[in-house]
Amino acid sequence: MDHRPQAWGRPRDDVYGAYDGSYFQNSGPKFATQSPVVTGTSVIAIKFKDGVVIAADNLASYGSLARFTNVKRLRVFLDTTVVGFGGDVSDMQYLDRHLNELAIDESYENDTTETAAATTTSSSDPSSTSTQTPNNPAGSLNAANLHKYLQKLLYRRRNDFDPLWNHILVAGLDASSKPFLASVDLRGTAFTSPSLATGFGAALAQPIMRRYAATEEDAAKLTREQAVDIIKECMKVLFYRDARSLDKYSIAVVTKDGVELKEEEQLEKQSWAFAERIHGYGTQTV
Amino acid sequence: MFRNNYDNDSVTFSPQGRIFQVEYAAEAVKQGSVVVGIASKTHAVLVAFKRNAEELSSYQKKLFAIDEHVGIAIAGLTSDARVLSNFMKQQCLGHRLTYGRNMPVRGLVDMIGSKAQINTQHYGKRPYGVGLLVAGVDEQGPHLFEFQPSGMTEEMVAFAIGARSQMARTYLEKNLDAFADCGREELVRHGLKALKESLVQDRELTIENTSVGIAGVSKSKEDGSSVVEPFKVFDGQEVNAWIESVADDKEGGGDAAGEGEGMDVDA
Repeated sequence: MDHRPQAWGRPRDDVYGAYDGSYFQNSGPKFATQSPVVTGTSVIAIKFKDGVVIAADNLASYGSLARFTNVKRLRVFLDTTVVGFGGDVSDMQYLDRHLNELAIDESYENDTTETAAATTTSSSDPSSTSTQTPNNPAGSLNAANLHKYLQKLLYRRRNDFDPLWNHILVAGLDASSKPFLASVDLRGTAFTSPSLATGFGAALAQPIMRRYAATEEDAAKLTREQAVDIIKECMKVLFYRDARSLDKYSIAVVTKDGVELKEEEQLEKQSWAFAERIHGYGTQTV
Repeated sequence: MFRNNYDNDSVTFSPQGRIFQVEYAAEAVKQGSVVVGIASKTHAVLVAFKRNAEELSSYQKKLFAIDEHVGIAIAGLTSDARVLSNFMKQQCLGHRLTYGRNMPVRGLVDMIGSKAQINTQHYGKRPYGVGLLVAGVDEQGPHLFEFQPSGMTEEMVAFAIGARSQMARTYLEKNLDAFADCGREELVRHGLKALKESLVQDRELTIENTSVGIAGVSKSKEDGSSVVEPFKVFDGQEVNAWIESVADDKEGGGDAAGEGEGMDVDA
């Protein structure tokens, strides 16, 4: 018997010939994520008078297969900011864990040992609404700080040729408590606008949102109800026309009073009448 | 004959449980000239007494700006302070770049604390021979921290380190309750009065030997965001008015009775 451990469990040389050990040698380049696998589609958001509304559907696609239909792509950071992820879901999960760490570190540093006095929301609430009062002591990272950090993080990963395959929206308030909305993509490109959309939404939802809030001044006139209606309208259009979307979505409203996140929203009042008039796709023979 | 065998390096305990190198480093802080720091609800100030090596030379700087919102006062080895201040400047700049905000002062002080502590625990290293007062403002308001060569850091309402600083501390303890609500000018005057307590006899505060550093923060009336008065060091003619404002009262104060021994610390 061959006493060398590296020979154990291998096909016998005298029967199958010498084993090709080069298979175990890891030479050549390391391949990091070069393409997304399980993906989320659009995230859309719009500013209004005292905050930001942001939404994303609950679908994670595997290619064109609607693989996971209950994936939450909006994430609350320190009870004051919402981060919306489009793109690769595993990278989103990595960022989610990373942001958890960041939030914990930040909470230690700004420990003012205040009584949290967290009002426990009754679980009998039919919708999964959770209103969170800011548990964010003065001085901890606000939305603008978080966006800057994510931008540096994504840009660094791009420079390592190992990008985090996400397009991210950050919604919250800045240092002077004004509504803040900004995006950062897998290259670390960052910008801000009164309304923003990632993925297909940039083509389908952005023009609709611009009709209502082309400028910061326009956005500052919108009420919360108007902003929510615009976002819901956009989610509907996205479901009509984006084949990687879902009618179940999450929507969050960020204001001075905190984050109101609903994760089980259903698209209402759909009308597919327009589909009758569409020809030239699929198996139709007209 | 009575050579101390336990002070060769910073990793050897004496049988009494002391680490002499760290204690010597603390002594080095007491050789430096005195610096005082006070924090109120709106401002953090540092005042320092500068020494000159000889009559004809210039005075050694004692206050240094680290970033927009933070400054330090040093007592001890200036060259060691330089290392720490460069490190602090880099950290503040890095934080500003990655987060787009002023670095929280406590975080900054914790970092030099850890850095200094490592030097007390590794063979071949030595503790920093300098103590710092770190004054700054952040989102949570003004702060004053003390830093010691041992790596100990502590937030203070008011403090003094350096030669004969006990007299300044006594003054500060006496007036402790007043500081929180002091305005900018009043806080500086308290600092200078504390500084005067620590001077050797026949020594006066002049525009040459006195430095003042101030950082402040206030809430903007428009949107409630905080407006920072950047840390600035005042020297020379800029401190004249402050010195004069504390010169008149308490003439001949600072009872010389308690300082019998001639402590030749000020060259």
